[in-house]
Amino acid sequence: MDNLFSLLLLPLLSAIALVFVRSDRAKWVALLLSLFNVGLTLPFLLRFDPQGGIQFEQLWVWMERLNVNFHIGLDGISLPLVLLTNGLIPVIIATTDGKRFKGNFYALVLFMQLGLLLVFTALDAFSFYVGWEIALIPIYFICALWGSGDRVATNLKFFIYTFAGSIFMLIGIIYLYQQTPVRSFEWTAFTALNLPDTAQHWIFWAFFLAFAIKIPIIPFHTWQPNTYVQAPAAGTMLLSGIMLKMGIYGLLRWLLPIAPLGVFEYGTLVMILCVVGIVYASLIAFRQDDAKRVIAYSSIAHVGLIAGGVFSLTIDGMQGAMIQMVNHGISAVGLFFVIDLIERHTGSRSLSTLGGLASRAPKLAIAFLILVMGAVGLPLTHGFIGEFLLLKGLFGTAEYGWWYAIFGGLTLILGAVYMLRLFQKTMLGELSEQSSTIKDVKSIDVVILAVLVLFVIVIGVLPNYLLQLSEPSIQNLLQQISFKTA
Amino acid sequence: MNELIWIVPLLPLLGFVFIGTLRNFLPHWLVSLIGCGTVLAAFAASITLFGEVYRARMVGGTGVMTQELFTWISVSDFQVSFRFLVDPLSAIMLLIVTGIGFLIHLYSTSYMHKDPGFAKFFSYLNLFIFFMLLLVLGSNYLVMFIGWEGVGLCSYLLIGFWYKNTNYAKAAKKAFVMNRIGDLGFLIALFFMIAHFGTLEFAGVLGQAKLMVSGDVTLLIITLLLFVAATGKSAQIPLFTWLPDAMAGPTPVSALIHAATMVTAGIYMIARSNIMFTLSPITMQVIAIVGVATAVVAAFIALTQNDIKKVLAYSTVSQLGYMFLGLGVGAFTGAFFHVLTHAFFKALLFLGAGSVIHAMSDEQDMRKMGGLRKALPIAFATMLIGTIAIAGIPPFAGFFSKDEILAYAFVENPIFWVLGLAGALMTAFYMFRLLFMTFSGDFRGTQLQKSHLHESPWPMTVALIILAVLSVLGGMLNVPEALQGHHWLANFLSPVFADSAAVSVPFHLDHTTEYLLMGISTVAALAMALLAYKRYVKSEARPEQLTTDRGLLYRLSYHKLYVDEAYAMLITKPLNNLADIFKKVDVKLVDGLVNRVGKGFLSAGNGIRHLQTGHVSFYIFMMVLGVAGIMLYGLIAN
Repeated sequence: MDNLFSLLLLPLLSAIALVFVRSDRAKWVALLLSLFNVGLTLPFLLRFDPQGGIQFEQLWVWMERLNVNFHIGLDGISLPLVLLTNGLIPVIIATTDGKRFKGNFYALVLFMQLGLLLVFTALDAFSFYVGWEIALIPIYFICALWGSGDRVATNLKFFIYTFAGSIFMLIGIIYLYQQTPVRSFEWTAFTALNLPDTAQHWIFWAFFLAFAIKIPIIPFHTWQPNTYVQAPAAGTMLLSGIMLKMGIYGLLRWLLPIAPLGVFEYGTLVMILCVVGIVYASLIAFRQDDAKRVIAYSSIAHVGLIAGGVFSLTIDGMQGAMIQMVNHGISAVGLFFVIDLIERHTGSRSLSTLGGLASRAPKLAIAFLILVMGAVGLPLTHGFIGEFLLLKGLFGTAEYGWWYAIFGGLTLILGAVYMLRLFQKTMLGELSEQSSTIKDVKSIDVVILAVLVLFVIVIGVLPNYLLQLSEPSIQNLLQQISFKTA
Repeated sequence: MNELIWIVPLLPLLGFVFIGTLRNFLPHWLVSLIGCGTVLAAFAASITLFGEVYRARMVGGTGVMTQELFTWISVSDFQVSFRFLVDPLSAIMLLIVTGIGFLIHLYSTSYMHKDPGFAKFFSYLNLFIFFMLLLVLGSNYLVMFIGWEGVGLCSYLLIGFWYKNTNYAKAAKKAFVMNRIGDLGFLIALFFMIAHFGTLEFAGVLGQAKLMVSGDVTLLIITLLLFVAATGKSAQIPLFTWLPDAMAGPTPVSALIHAATMVTAGIYMIARSNIMFTLSPITMQVIAIVGVATAVVAAFIALTQNDIKKVLAYSTVSQLGYMFLGLGVGAFTGAFFHVLTHAFFKALLFLGAGSVIHAMSDEQDMRKMGGLRKALPIAFATMLIGTIAIAGIPPFAGFFSKDEILAYAFVENPIFWVLGLAGALMTAFYMFRLLFMTFSGDFRGTQLQKSHLHESPWPMTVALIILAVLSVLGGMLNVPEALQGHHWLANFLSPVFADSAAVSVPFHLDHTTEYLLMGISTVAALAMALLAYKRYVKSEARPEQLTTDRGLLYRLSYHKLYVDEAYAMLITKPLNNLADIFKKVDVKLVDGLVNRVGKGFLSAGNGIRHLQTGHVSFYIFMMVLGVAGIMLYGLIAN
């Protein structure tokens, strides 16, 4: 069981098996299988040595003549994301309405898990690219088949937009492949390249576009709100909880070590985009009526801060990005779940029709409040650790640090405005007519919310365990960058 | 002893968890027992800690104890620990928070008895005490910041306690957001501190700061940012408007959070960081100006308010202004002394007002009260004491602390003193106005209310009486030399302010001037009390008629200087408009461009499709054209 391939194989086999489960029990089968995968993940976590660089490597020759390998492994940057993926997938499955979805739906979810895990573990650009595209296909079908509203057009746009971005990355990968002395797709071969200045510049853009669209960084974000809103809740959770981290992970794993000179050249521009994006998306979130759209825009603001932390090229900013990716995943799943529960009971997500839910659903209100506090970064919640480190990183950026920190810090105020507005308009006030059908959470839903809330607080009080997992790898990355640009 | 510091915040935290999780199952008496018991136990523990510090101070020690629990955040060489510090300053704050906290818990057992959210209320109150203790006990700025933001959360929860009322929910949100503006200042100040001192421990930061020269730019930036944070938490201009709205919360909350403890956090933080401020004369000027301006403006607004809690709220803002004036003119002990005495008399006044509201079946408009003295003798007597104390009439508590601040202000700049005195006069007037409108004259409420009038049950009156005794005697803690006193508090706190004292000119005022200043303010306060008496007791007119002269000044005061309206027009509305513009830009322009690009490819595809005509001759023609082109290119290139 210490073979890393087993982590990827299980979701694949589970997905295939689930296609044939046609009964209402598909949810429970899927949940069981995904929990089994959590069990498989734990030994890797326990045996992981943060100082040990890349571990648990597995290599399987794929296309020998082209020197294409199926090469995977874990280090401090990938492990937290593998944990996030495998931890959140069972939660997301558990939040679904078992009566509504059959085996094929859960098969797609687990198939997506395979793609995500491949992205987060790949040490070969070819495998990485395959995972990158594999993850896109199931989510496309999840959103297009079970979504609402104008789902076909919205999803086509989402698909083409992100796909177009990855084409540039593919071109970049092929170029890099040709530059390597032995014609290899290996991560080590790519990062060992010492490309000339101009090559690094355009490699930067080829990769950056793919990642920026996925994250998304403004102005490449316009696919996101509509896609989030029209996707089924589980789809939204997959997209924002896990999938967008592919982009940030890509920055850390591929872009930074391959094209550091490009990062130096355009870093300031990207930082400005990130910081402007925080204020821009936050303000738009002020004026939304659809609860899901509020979270969608708040998500743009939050990931803008995370990307800013990465580009600050400081240990604080990058460590902040690492932990905030995990935090954001937990928050996003929790918040979208609460909104889904509200919609299931009341048939509405519109803030103008909701209100007063706290009086009928106190447990839901408490969980929602803690999740909201985590999202606005109250100390002793997970969000504070992330925001504090990210803003500290922004502050420590070589140039214009104060300005980034002050503008980025506005998220403290603006975030409080739109999140408390969301809380107030749904939970507080007199019970509205639309809201009168609300019921408090019970059985498994209580467990899910309790688990998420527990993580919000545990990470907020004891963040060091997570931070220590990634710190040596991040330090390594920073050294790699400074060595290549020296 | 210092190994047990962590017990103090742990107790109320356990109370919160226990009551919070079992709130639907516990009977009222058990909730009361746990809620009050944990805070009383924390008070007992605080007394022991205080005793320890006191003994150390008596033998000339600094009285500092620390305890480290665990490393909280660690990234590279930056480390912050959960670490506690008890010294003379935090020891006294501990007593205030747990002592007055306990009295208010006790009071609440009666006050909230009929509320369906009884258990929820106590869980929030315990959570507040926990965060307030973290704020006070932290040995570094980040643990202080946990408490700082945590009390903000509790304030939010308790202002919006009756959340079904949309206005209350909005008031809660306003408080949280305005506090967050200040908190951003705090956070940025932290980053500057880390960058320049490499640590957030008080000892490390202040130890290095005291070696810097006066007027250092870094210190200036840090202190200004910290002051921004203080204006949010302690409701100073320009961030003061949330506090009057915060009166939406139950009255014990107003007494505890919005008068005695949380709102003084800004003063505590600056007193704690005093050396950085002393070395930043510009910041000190700003603090003094903002403080005195807030003191005067808030007192001016309080003159005409008719809601008993609103008067007290503006009074709190005004008194906090005095404390900042004190800080700004270097009277650190005086400012902290005022924190202490204000905690006594303002908690008393709010709880007294609560008794009145309780007796009046939730009526808060003083125009509908009157003549309550007979029905509520204890509330009347204790509120009278509170009023005398806040008005600055000797020998009650407020006189000593306010006069110490004003004496320092006089030395710094007589204009501060004049303005401070003007504020004090208004204070005396609006407080006696409140007292007379409520307790004197005839009853102006409904018959139903009249039949329900009653003195409060014992938990409420006990709290009132204890606070009244403290309001009478509290001033004795720091009697000035001019009055044959020994400055006990100043001596006790001296290690905390030693660095500042070493670099500033010692305070000096000859006794004759000091007597004169005291005399003037005392006589003036008495005169204002008399004026209020004439206007609201002797005058035949009923109070509602008295408030009908609509002069310009009256209207300005009554409408709170239109500050809320101005903020709505200058900040909220433009921001919302900008948000609307962004919302449109996002859909029309940014997304429009994306769609345009997409359509561009589509139509390009359509266009190119026409080239595939299927006529072989056309293909050959194009091929020839191509070859010719290449040859031509070859010729020119060579």
